[in-house]
Amino acid sequence: MTFRILSALLLAAMGLLPALPAKAERLMVSLSAHQIAIGSNYTGAQMALFGVVEDDGRDLLNLESYDVVVTVRGPREGMTVRQKERVGFVWINRSQQKFVAVPTVLAVASNRPTGEIATDAARRQMRLGLRAIVDAPEMSFESHDPDEPFRQALIRLKTKEGHWSEDPRGVVFVGPGFFRAPISVPGTAPTGNYEVEVVLLSGDRLAARRIASFEVVKTGFEERITALSQERSLPYGLGIGAMSLLFGWMASVIFRRD
Amino acid sequence: MQIYLPIAEMPVSVLLILGMGAAVGFVSGMFGIGGGFLMTPLLIFLGIPPAIAVATQSAQIAASSTTGALAALRRDALDLKLAAVLTAGGFVGTVMGVWAFAAMRRAGQLDLVIVLSYVTLFTAIGMLMVGESARDFWSRWKGTAKPRRRAGGHAAMFGLPLRMKFPRSKLYVSVLPVAGISFLVGFAGTILGIGGGFIMVPVLLYLFRVPTGVVIGTSQVQVLFTALLAVILQATLNGAVDIVLAIMLIVGGVFGAQFGARAGRALRADLFRFLLGLLVLAVGIRFAVEIALTPAEPFSIYLPEGRR
Repeated sequence: MTFRILSALLLAAMGLLPALPAKAERLMVSLSAHQIAIGSNYTGAQMALFGVVEDDGRDLLNLESYDVVVTVRGPREGMTVRQKERVGFVWINRSQQKFVAVPTVLAVASNRPTGEIATDAARRQMRLGLRAIVDAPEMSFESHDPDEPFRQALIRLKTKEGHWSEDPRGVVFVGPGFFRAPISVPGTAPTGNYEVEVVLLSGDRLAARRIASFEVVKTGFEERITALSQERSLPYGLGIGAMSLLFGWMASVIFRRD
Repeated sequence: MQIYLPIAEMPVSVLLILGMGAAVGFVSGMFGIGGGFLMTPLLIFLGIPPAIAVATQSAQIAASSTTGALAALRRDALDLKLAAVLTAGGFVGTVMGVWAFAAMRRAGQLDLVIVLSYVTLFTAIGMLMVGESARDFWSRWKGTAKPRRRAGGHAAMFGLPLRMKFPRSKLYVSVLPVAGISFLVGFAGTILGIGGGFIMVPVLLYLFRVPTGVVIGTSQVQVLFTALLAVILQATLNGAVDIVLAIMLIVGGVFGAQFGARAGRALRADLFRFLLGLLVLAVGIRFAVEIALTPAEPFSIYLPEGRR
């Protein structure tokens, strides 16, 4: 093995091997769960992503130089960021910027800061990091001139809300070519399908890309209540109305003093 | 202890919600108002989507006003005839309000309309009430008694056709201003996401000069029916009522309302008016400050589609 690598290096150095065959890294990823079930005591969930990098043996010396960026994207929604401005004595919403298909949950984890992994242009092209994702052209219909503050505000507000996060040390290489990344879903995150994108980089080059997914679903009582409120909304509303009357009447019986 | 709200899709602390329900229930029982104008901002502050906060707390209002109305009924402290007229006007106002709400939302700037209405309405009513109470206190301190009820005031309003007797309220007045006021209260209440009791109580007290002992019970009957209609409409049309949140608010609220009602009966009538005036004024000033001060975060995220 060592001999093969050495000889390859030697050949390359001697210029006898002008074009190395395209490297073929293989990336395998696995999530510890594919479904998060919401019950009455649900306050968010944790899971882990495991990944293995394999190449065809020519590049073993180089295994250390891989970078991994894991991006979790929740269900998408249209969002409008509004800015308050002073008009007379009051502050009112004046200008706004619409964003389409914004991931409600967005978590970026990498083995080192994305700024060190790739250049600005490469990050923007591969959508690595919150900033690059928000700057992507598919995020907004039209680009106003001063739309930079709106993009910053979107990142700031969503991060403060706890739905967006960036963890430059989230991906940990456990052994050569074997990594692990924790994924946490906040309790207030919406139900639906979550996409986990794993990007393997070697220098600035995209070496491999895998997509996994999991879903957040309501189960049991929570599922039945949601279904009831949507499919039989009139009985549901009447039921809550009747319940309010019943509780109010019960209280007046319990607390009756005369 | 945390519990997951199935419709709002988020976990909340059970004790916090129960406590909030009890606190708002206390105020609501004390003043005979729904308390929605206090509960809605609190729930939104917790991160509950505004539409769900507005819709769900009307279930609590319905429950606590049931208790209040039943208690008033036993003590014969309400005017059912007046309540029926108010409820009828309120229903029409509520339905029109739902329609106007949607129209303004489409036009944008609904938030501004809401905040400006809060400021004008609350500051005006609150100042009216506090000013009146202050004059009362002042004249008592000076030893000059003021006549309690001015006979024949508001001549133009009282002279309209379709006059009706409300013996319990010592009122002989045209139905038109009564129904008109309750229409406005239902309309404004729906747009502001509140029951409207806090507008109705001062209007009955000051405009129609209904005796204080009858005002609370009568207002609670009107609030009860308006809130009940709101719960059913909201659940049917918007699917925005969260039953788990509703139960917690109701349980906290009914207990709070009991103690509030007792505290309210112990209050002197003039002190009662003064405190209610202060409360309304405080909320108005809070909203005025909110739009007048430079915001720490001038940006906000708005979700055009969906409830969240």
